[in-house]
Amino acid sequence: MLRRGTDLGFRMSAWLAKALVLLSWGPAGYGDELFYGALRTIEISVLAYFLGLTIGALGATGKLYGPKWLKELLHGYTTLVRAVPELVLLLLLYYAGTDVVNTMLGGFGKGPIEVNGLAAAVGVLGFVQGAYSTEVIRAAILAIPHGQMEAARAFGMGGPLMARRIILPAMLPFAMPGLANLWLIVTKDSALVSVVGGIAELSLVTKQAAGVTKQYLLLYLVTAFIYLAITLFSNRIFNWLENMTRRGQRKLT
Amino acid sequence: MVWDWLFTYWPQLLYGLWITLVLLVLSMVLGMLLAVPIGLVQVTGPWWLKYPARGFTTFIRGTPLLIQLWLMYYGLGQIFPMIPGLRHSFMWPVLREGFFYAVLAFTLSTAGYEGEVMRGAFLGVPRGELEAARAIGMSPFQVLRRVWLPRALRLVLPTLNGETILQLKSTPLAYTVTVMDLMGATSMIRQDTYRIYEPLIFIAVIYMFITFVITKGFSYLERQVPVKR
Repeated sequence: MLRRGTDLGFRMSAWLAKALVLLSWGPAGYGDELFYGALRTIEISVLAYFLGLTIGALGATGKLYGPKWLKELLHGYTTLVRAVPELVLLLLLYYAGTDVVNTMLGGFGKGPIEVNGLAAAVGVLGFVQGAYSTEVIRAAILAIPHGQMEAARAFGMGGPLMARRIILPAMLPFAMPGLANLWLIVTKDSALVSVVGGIAELSLVTKQAAGVTKQYLLLYLVTAFIYLAITLFSNRIFNWLENMTRRGQRKLT
Repeated sequence: MVWDWLFTYWPQLLYGLWITLVLLVLSMVLGMLLAVPIGLVQVTGPWWLKYPARGFTTFIRGTPLLIQLWLMYYGLGQIFPMIPGLRHSFMWPVLREGFFYAVLAFTLSTAGYEGEVMRGAFLGVPRGELEAARAIGMSPFQVLRRVWLPRALRLVLPTLNGETILQLKSTPLAYTVTVMDLMGATSMIRQDTYRIYEPLIFIAVIYMFITFVITKGFSYLERQVPVKR
């Protein structure tokens, strides 16, 4: 019995030693690779998120105040993107985007190029995010009490001025929960990029490291906790932001 | 656009559609069954159930589904062969398939997301109704079965439509663990025929159609539930 106990202890400490080596910094371990992969994931997510926000702001404006054809076009865009799986869209847009860029280059008499992995990932994820942002921002603008807009107009404010002074600050408290959610979604969706490959973000790095070392369980667990840490940290920031946008308002119960 | 491959590959696509639907239904049903206790113990459970349940929902909601799936398929797939006897047991043919891990990962994911929704739903049932049930002498279990759970389930019904569609949109991930669902069939067709866009556009339309059917189905279901207006 005693022998078996020490045997188990020995095996556990051996496993722990192996895990530490595997996660160490430098050429022996994958600590640095995972760290830079995580940075890449954050980079892709931030860029795609802001691209999505830009599309969303424009899309919401177009959907609310645009001409009829634009409204219909945007309705098609948001419906399509929200009904088709992200992975299918990702593959479709990845190949289509690469094709469009190369056709355009061909038009200028230049040969085909390999599309930058970061640009492709950001473009595709941003396009998907844009559809969701459009809906979040549109709903938030609609939630602004009508009297505020009328008052602004009565003061003689034009469109851009009203957008900056009234609509933006009044809509943000309504939009923040949805926008926070979208940020969490984009950090997690960025993992899908690893199916296409082309950029060494956290999931792809983990996949490659696990393939080489065969330590699947350990590496995927570590990666899962890195994503979890990103999520939990983001939650804090968004809680703070939400409180900022809600200054001077009654507390929600 | 070339579509002649449809005539050759429609059996695979049909089978893929079937697998996608089985994945969706299994993971939604099993996930909901798990979500009820996960939501409940977070509201009334003892601390040794409450904190694990909260940790579980946080973990599931804070990590990408793709990583969860790979953690199951590659991670558990690495552990299972080490368990003595499992390799020769009747379970092994199931445990060898990517399908099993896909169902497991999607079920746990649904359980995590819906567990959080169920927690809110259990909290959302008016206290007075529970007190009334207790006052007329129902045991705690009777209160749960007759009042608390039915009322909570009615509260989550409107969210189920969205959750089911989200779950549908997650099923293509299964093809990364060798499951031959719609996406798996499509990727096979793409490799065989070298057509890049057509198969993907084709299944995009199918997914949109399934989404449409699900939305219709749930709005029918919601109309069946009497609501006081």
